[in-house]
Amino acid sequence: MKMAPVKDAVAEDKVSSNDKLFAEHVKIYPKKVKGLFRSLKTSAGAILLAIYFLAPFLRWDRGPGAPDQAILIDLPGRRAYFFFIEIWPQEVYYLTGLLILAAIGLFFVSSLFGRLWCGYACWQTVFTDLFMFVERVFQGDRNARIKRDRAPLGIGKALRKLGTHATWLLISLMTGVGFTLYFYDAMQVVDVLFGDEPWWGAWTFIAIIGGSCYLLAGWAREQVCIYMCPYSRFQGAMFDDNSLLVTYEAWRGEPRGPLKAEKSFEGRGHCVDCKMCVHVCPTGIDIRNGSQMECIGCALCIDACNGVMDRVGLPRGLITWDSINNQVSRSQGKPTRVRLVRIRTVVYVLVLAAVGGAMVFGLSNRATTQVNVLHDRSPLYVPLSDGSIRNGYTFKILNMVREDRAYRLRVAGIDGAGMTVIGLHEGKPASVVDMNVTADTVGTFQVYVSAPRDDLDGETTELEFVLTDKASGQSETYGTWFAGPRR
Amino acid sequence: MATKERDHVTGQETTGHEWDGIKELNNPLPKWWVYVFYVCIAWSVGYWVLYPAWPSLSGYTKGLLGYSTRAELAADMAELKKVRGAKAEQLAQMDVNAIYADPEMRSYAIAAGRTAFNENCSACHQMGGAGAVGYPTLADDEWIWGGTLDDIRQTIAFGVRNANADSRQGEMPKFGAEDILTNEQIGAVADHVVALSKGTADAAAAGAAVFAENCAACHGDAGEGQPALGAPALNNGLWLYKGSKDALVAQINAPKHGSMPAWSERLDESTIKQLAVYVRSLGGGK
Repeated sequence: MKMAPVKDAVAEDKVSSNDKLFAEHVKIYPKKVKGLFRSLKTSAGAILLAIYFLAPFLRWDRGPGAPDQAILIDLPGRRAYFFFIEIWPQEVYYLTGLLILAAIGLFFVSSLFGRLWCGYACWQTVFTDLFMFVERVFQGDRNARIKRDRAPLGIGKALRKLGTHATWLLISLMTGVGFTLYFYDAMQVVDVLFGDEPWWGAWTFIAIIGGSCYLLAGWAREQVCIYMCPYSRFQGAMFDDNSLLVTYEAWRGEPRGPLKAEKSFEGRGHCVDCKMCVHVCPTGIDIRNGSQMECIGCALCIDACNGVMDRVGLPRGLITWDSINNQVSRSQGKPTRVRLVRIRTVVYVLVLAAVGGAMVFGLSNRATTQVNVLHDRSPLYVPLSDGSIRNGYTFKILNMVREDRAYRLRVAGIDGAGMTVIGLHEGKPASVVDMNVTADTVGTFQVYVSAPRDDLDGETTELEFVLTDKASGQSETYGTWFAGPRR
Repeated sequence: MATKERDHVTGQETTGHEWDGIKELNNPLPKWWVYVFYVCIAWSVGYWVLYPAWPSLSGYTKGLLGYSTRAELAADMAELKKVRGAKAEQLAQMDVNAIYADPEMRSYAIAAGRTAFNENCSACHQMGGAGAVGYPTLADDEWIWGGTLDDIRQTIAFGVRNANADSRQGEMPKFGAEDILTNEQIGAVADHVVALSKGTADAAAAGAAVFAENCAACHGDAGEGQPALGAPALNNGLWLYKGSKDALVAQINAPKHGSMPAWSERLDESTIKQLAVYVRSLGGGK
């Protein structure tokens, strides 16, 4: 493949030609850098990778018959487990709450410190960083990689490329397995994958997840952030003049120029135009052009610039984490201040507290019995030989605890109403029927309620089912309706 | 694309398209997007080769894989039959009463029977056994041929008034058409039956004597019916045909006789038992 010339900035890649259907992708060769933010990014990545891969092995005792994996999404069993929380599909609104918390949390952090998530915590960043590390181990740093990519293919180059991709694929495979473990008992997975009858379904998901990892972290990289992820497109709405962002101090740096032998900075800015900030950037941009969509806020350019400033004997912080307001004050020699408490951030905290509080309240008061009553639709009602009217109901009891429970069902609201339950109580209708539901299952009962025609209001009469948990004595009333002929 | 025009504001090339003075800038697509597009085209070519694709005058190209949706359906159905085999075999062996008494087998039979009922029975008996005029309601407590599990199974298996040797048989004479009763007698007995159904029958009424002489043998002295003969109860408000005097006169004059196929000729033993259990669960039988 013909190599495109290395350019310094995506911004320069605006040249288009009618002869081509697409914009040539400019390969980015990020340079290794040392410093505070590089260390933070490495630590964050290491911690997150450890969580990704080790979390499925955490155990949590839920008693006999229940999975003991702390974090598990059991799709065939229709349950999701998170430590002490067990969610049924009917309670998927907790997931909605979690997504709202995640979104508002993202906005909150962005309004304070910019795209911390993008630069440090997003799995795209974590895996891209890991893949870049592998690339550097096999193919050397920026200059060596550029030189090698331009050189013709030889044995050395082929071996280094092969090593890189083999390691990437190995990591991708591990990632595929690692993330599949959240959906299957991690302790049994070896059996499922390599046992006598390997399950192709698990391998398919491993291939999808692993393939995505290889493609997105190895090849697509910054293009995911720029073209695929919606967040870069609306980040501007999250920032304001007090948000702390990765910033180039143009008032101090300009006019830029190469370092002269006499090291005099009289009449010119502090930027020596060494382009180190550009060379270390994982998305290949020039931060000196100001805040831009492609910037993921990883601050590696700050580390790079600080190193250069130390060498040329100038104060650090030509590229720094600062707000627009502070930059204006600084350039005018006025005092600066960091404003974290602002209307925007306060509102975010309030929303986070409200949603979080509602979730905690909901989870701590979570009902352990849920009931669904479905009135049969065909027939709506049946006249019986003694002149009374009968309605059918499908009565479902969700026993959401891990022990068998005994319930007592009472029908109320219509004076002469009695019920029969298929398989439990047939024959003469009764007003009370006992029913048992085994642990952690849905008990389905076919309930028929019959009532004298004279006790009905007309086409619809309100009817109540009162379900009592016999052990705790707690009762819940479920309102439904009773259909009858027009009077 | 002979002339390349640059927009004077952005310095970018235009596509040459212009609408009312508005010119479209040429913003090229990302490379990966274009390649994905090409890959999709190549994929579709592979699809033509491997799968059935192009119609011809006499049929269609079969594709190298020889795939067919019909064959896949047949394979899926065979697989399903295999999966259900054990349970179906068990159901076929068990007595319907034993199936009904076992909660697990009962719920399996009800679930499976619902599907079979919707496919085979609901055309006449309606969804949920709601019934229609001439087609008995299965959700109430009147059972013309008996409402126990064994009765229901028997009726489903051999049907009513069909050519099967074991089918339910029972016929009501054409009291009017064959001049057994006079028009006055038919009118009187129809009045009596209406009164029976409302619980206001008068033993001294003219129709009561006619009923005792001609109808009670099958329908019972008080019109309580006789399932063994398929003689419906007349002492309640439930009617296979309508319960008005006109409808009763018509029925006594020249009775309509519905029939039902013998399902054992079409369905297997296991399915018949599933149906019996399901039908019984529609209202609890009798």
